[in-house]
Formats: sequence, C-alpha cells, structure tokens
Amino acid sequence: MQFTIEIGRYNPEGTYAERAVQGECFPPPWDKAPPKHYQTYTVELPEHAVVLDALIAIREYQDESVAVRCACRSAICGSCAMWVNGHAHLACKSKLTEFTKDGKTRVESPPSMPVIRDLVCDMTTFWGKHFKVNPWLDAKKPEPGPMEEYRVPNAAMEELIQEVSCISCGACLMDCESFAVNPDFLGPQALAQAYRYVGDPRDSKTRDRLGEYSGPGGIWDCTHCYECVTQCPKGVDPLEQILKIRRLAVDAGFTNNPGTRHADAFATSVKHSGRLNELTLLPKSVGLFNVFGQLKTLPSAINMIRAGKLPPIIHKSIPGVSRIKAIFDRLGGRFK
Amino acid sequence: MSTTLLPEDLPLDAHTRTRSAQTKRYGFFPGCVAKESCKELFNSTMLLADKLGIELIELTAASCCGASVVNDVNRDVARVLNARTYAQAEALGLDDVITICSTCTGHMRAANKELRESEARMDHANAILGKFGAKYQGTVTVRHLLWLLIDDIGLDNLRSMVVHPLNGLKVAPFYGCHIIRPESVNGWESARNPHSLEDVIEAIGGEAVDYAGKTRCCGFHIQLEKDNVATDMVGQNMRMAKERGAEAVITPCPLCHLALDGYQADSAARWGRTDLPTFHLPQLVAFALGVPPDKLGLNKHLIDPRDVLVDRDLIA
Repeated sequence: MQFTIEIGRYNPEGTYAERAVQGECFPPPWDKAPPKHYQTYTVELPEHAVVLDALIAIREYQDESVAVRCACRSAICGSCAMWVNGHAHLACKSKLTEFTKDGKTRVESPPSMPVIRDLVCDMTTFWGKHFKVNPWLDAKKPEPGPMEEYRVPNAAMEELIQEVSCISCGACLMDCESFAVNPDFLGPQALAQAYRYVGDPRDSKTRDRLGEYSGPGGIWDCTHCYECVTQCPKGVDPLEQILKIRRLAVDAGFTNNPGTRHADAFATSVKHSGRLNELTLLPKSVGLFNVFGQLKTLPSAINMIRAGKLPPIIHKSIPGVSRIKAIFDRLGGRFK
Repeated sequence: MSTTLLPEDLPLDAHTRTRSAQTKRYGFFPGCVAKESCKELFNSTMLLADKLGIELIELTAASCCGASVVNDVNRDVARVLNARTYAQAEALGLDDVITICSTCTGHMRAANKELRESEARMDHANAILGKFGAKYQGTVTVRHLLWLLIDDIGLDNLRSMVVHPLNGLKVAPFYGCHIIRPESVNGWESARNPHSLEDVIEAIGGEAVDYAGKTRCCGFHIQLEKDNVATDMVGQNMRMAKERGAEAVITPCPLCHLALDGYQADSAARWGRTDLPTFHLPQLVAFALGVPPDKLGLNKHLIDPRDVLVDRDLIA
C-alpha cells in the first residue's frame, strides 16, 4: 500500500529554548515556535505497517537527514512518542491505516516540548518532573535481611499494576493541557509514578510524599481534561492516579490548599441544598480571609452581574434535600 | 421489586407539557449551572424541545452530579447521588436521561458505568437509597442533547426543520473535555476526531471552523485554584479559532461557556483580543429552527453574540 507521510522538519538551530522570550510562558505560544516546515514523503508498505515503519523506511531509503528516536519497535521502550495527527502517540503502535487522515499522516514533534531536531524532542523537562517525585522505594525499617524478602499481600500490589505499566514515554505529558500553559505542573506521568510509591505498603515516606504532592505544581494543578488517559499507550490512566493521591492527601490532613478549599465549599453547598450554590462557591474557594484573592475575583464577578449572569440570591434547595444530607452523613468522610 | 415512587418525584414542574402519546419523552437533567448563572441555556433548551417535538421531563428532585469535585474527594458520595437521580428517572418510567452539560454527561455516565458493572457497588448504593424507599435497577442511559439531536432527531430531519439558516456563519465547535473523554466512559464518538458539533453546525446552515483547540480544555475546572492557567487555556484556544476565521463559538457545555465567555477579556493582554461570542448549543439550534432570538437570552452573555448575527443579516 502507498502511504503519504508529512514530517514536521525543524531547523536544528531553532530550538524553543533559544527563542523563548524572557518572562514568557514556556513552552512559548505557537507563533514563537522554531521555524518548521512540513516535508512530504511517499512510502510503499504493507497494510499492517505502523508509523514508525514508514519513518524508518524514509530515513533508510529516501532522506537520511530525517531525525527520529526509536529503539524497541514494540511499544515497550517508550522512545518513539511523538505527535501523530496532532496527538501524542507511540509511532511503533500507531497503524498507518488508522492514522491516515485526508490521504496523509502528519508526524511532528509535540509543541509542548523543546525540539532538538525534526521528530526528536528534548525530554529533559520530562525527566526532571519524573525525578522530582522521588520515584523509588524508601523502604520501611527494619529492612529484611540479605536472604529475606518483604512479604506484601498480593492484593496490595495488584492495586499498582496500572502504575507499574508506565514506560515513561512521555505521551501523557506531551498532550497534558495543564502543562502546556503551566510549566510548573508535575504532570500526569510523574504523579502516576508518585502514586505507585504512595500506594506501596513497603514505603515509609507516604506522609511526606502526600504533603509534597499537595503543594504548588502538584495534584491540584490538574484540570481533569482526560487527555493523559486518552493518550497513554499502556493504560496507566494517570488522571485516576492523581485522583487517588488527592483522596489520600485530603484524608491525611493536607487540606490547606485551594484545591481542598474548593472541594469543601462545593461539597458543603451540594450537601445543604442538593445543588451547587455559585454565589457562595467563589468566595469560599478563594478562602474567606484571603483579602487579596477576594479582590482579584471582584472584576469578573461584577462583569458577570452586569451581563445578567447573577445566580439567584436566594438559593433554593432541591425537593428531598434531607436525603442528600443523609447520603453525605453516611458516606461523607470529611464532608459529614 | 418495582421501584417505589418517591413523593418528591410526583409534582412535575411547570415545564412538563402534556402531549400526544407519540411524543417522545425523555428524562431531563439540566445540571446546576443551567439553573443558576446560565438560565438562558435552560430556557433555550426547553424552547428547542418544543420545536423538535420532544418532551423533556425535568428531574426536579435531582441533585448535583458531583461535577468532578465531589468525585475527587469522595467517589462513593458522587456515585450514590447519581444513583438517586437515576432511581427518580426509573420511577417516572424514563430510561433516557438527557443532559445539557459536558461535565454532567461524563461524570453521570462514569457513575452509571461503575454501578452497572459491579453488583457490589449497586447493592451498596441501593442499601442507602433503600432507606428512602428508592431503588436503582440499572436501566438508565445518560446522553447529551447533542447526541439526541443526531441519533433521535437525525441530521436530515434537523436540516429540514431549519427556517433561519445561519448564512454560512463561521462557527468554531468547542466540545468540552468530558463529553468526549475518556472514551471508555463516553465512547459515542471518537475522542480524537469528533465531528458531531460540526455536523450540527452544517445542518443549521453554518460553516464549521476546524482548529486544534476544539477538543481542548477550557480551564473551568481549575479556574478557582489557578486562574491564570484557565485564562491562558481560553486565550490559546480562542486565538486558534480566531486565526482560522471563526466568528463565533458553539459549545454543548455551560462550564465551557462560562470560561470562554467570561475570560476572553482577561486573556486579551497575553493572547490578543479575540472577542468571540460563545453560543450554547441549544441557543443556536433553536434560533435556526425559528425560535425568536429575544427569547434565547442572547443578552445574558458577556460578549454579546447579537453583533455577529446582525453582521450576517440574521437579525435586525
């Protein structure tokens, strides 16, 4: 079969880092991206071929200047994550027939990462985040002797199968919407790894970890966009792991952060009226004693009121709200 | 055992109209925002239902779906709250629950999936609901109005109902994360290449603008934690739409509407002025189907959408 591949070629001299404007967000907006042009190649491959087959064929037989990073070719090493038709995928796992759109397949380096050359992006940011969560076991004392082993219930490790499946390809971070505008965010991969150790019964630093992940750039910086869940080629579901850490962190008492305040304000409103009370949600989430924060929200609040978007002053409860209270009392945990 | 009718379910509110036996009836879950700051969404949905000839029976006693916030901290509560909503729909003999919010769709479907896939979770929920004499049997399907338009009304049918075609108005679709992702929960269309909104835009005489931001996040769910992140997301997506020639945006989600409509002014400093008016899905469809524009709450937007309609000679 004949396939048309469009490769995003980058001028090797033009990296994001060099062109980033001081004081501006990183990665920079797309119009400040390095000079890029798309070069089209046509390859003859069998129907079952994957994107990486095409890239290797192009590099070997047509244009040796195309830079591509790959190793195992079987979705286990995580080297070949790149943008295929505008989303992060492993090139070795993406069948060409499935990824042909309007007669072609567009392959490029993800715009959220600095580019080294062509399809090779700089993963330094990714590894920095990965190591920031201390992705190793800090074993409980006493450690077993040299000829002994830790005994862990099977069920406890089964809980972690998803996180252990991570191959650190970075596809989730490449498409993470929060990271794209908030470079300090630890991101889905690092936080999924974080849960792998938080959830490990052998680890001794669980509390420290939860405190650290609750800070700025941590679990509460995720926007629930589910891009990571969609992009992960190994079914890790990073967002679900972030939510697990949120629950554990709140239960462990790490509640002095905007995320928990917002959740508390929201849940209280639902508990008392069955519905969201938009009027009280905003001030409560910002923190009632946070004068600066309250002032900052004032202009948007005034704009909303002027447009007639004022929620009802008297917030009506739903019929049978006592039942909602009963559900919260029974299951609420922190929301009782 | 048959579901016990909850006393709170019985007095159906004023929006319930009696129709012939042929009128298709749906359970309707408007969600909190459509009842609070985006009442224009609720009203235009009811007006659209009239034009479509369907009956939306509002589940007046339904609670909030959890909207990802309750679920974050306590999934059990969110699941049981939703089970209670489904029990009400069942008690009214309604299998379909129609939502008008992407976030409600995603989280209600997720709760429903959790309940239907595990007997233990269903029993757990019913043990609590049982105390009020309610029971969820697992028959409810949660769908968005957008899906209803395509599956039940049909695009050809919709096209034939149009009386005010949009004269090629260039509309950028903005899906909202939770109506397409994760695919394991929604799965109604591809999470990477959805085209239902484009299909609807074209059916009502508009021109759909293709841009990378259409499936991206509006930042609403992080606005109260990190407002600058949300503002940047809005700015980035709206600029992409504007550069592709969009004159307006359409979204099936009131949370996206609040973010896009509310924060474009704030994002202008960094991303340039975009000023794209953001229509709720039923607003624009109802307009095309002949609902008078003054009934659609077009004056309740921060960025007035009437200007583009005037530019295109759609309203005087």
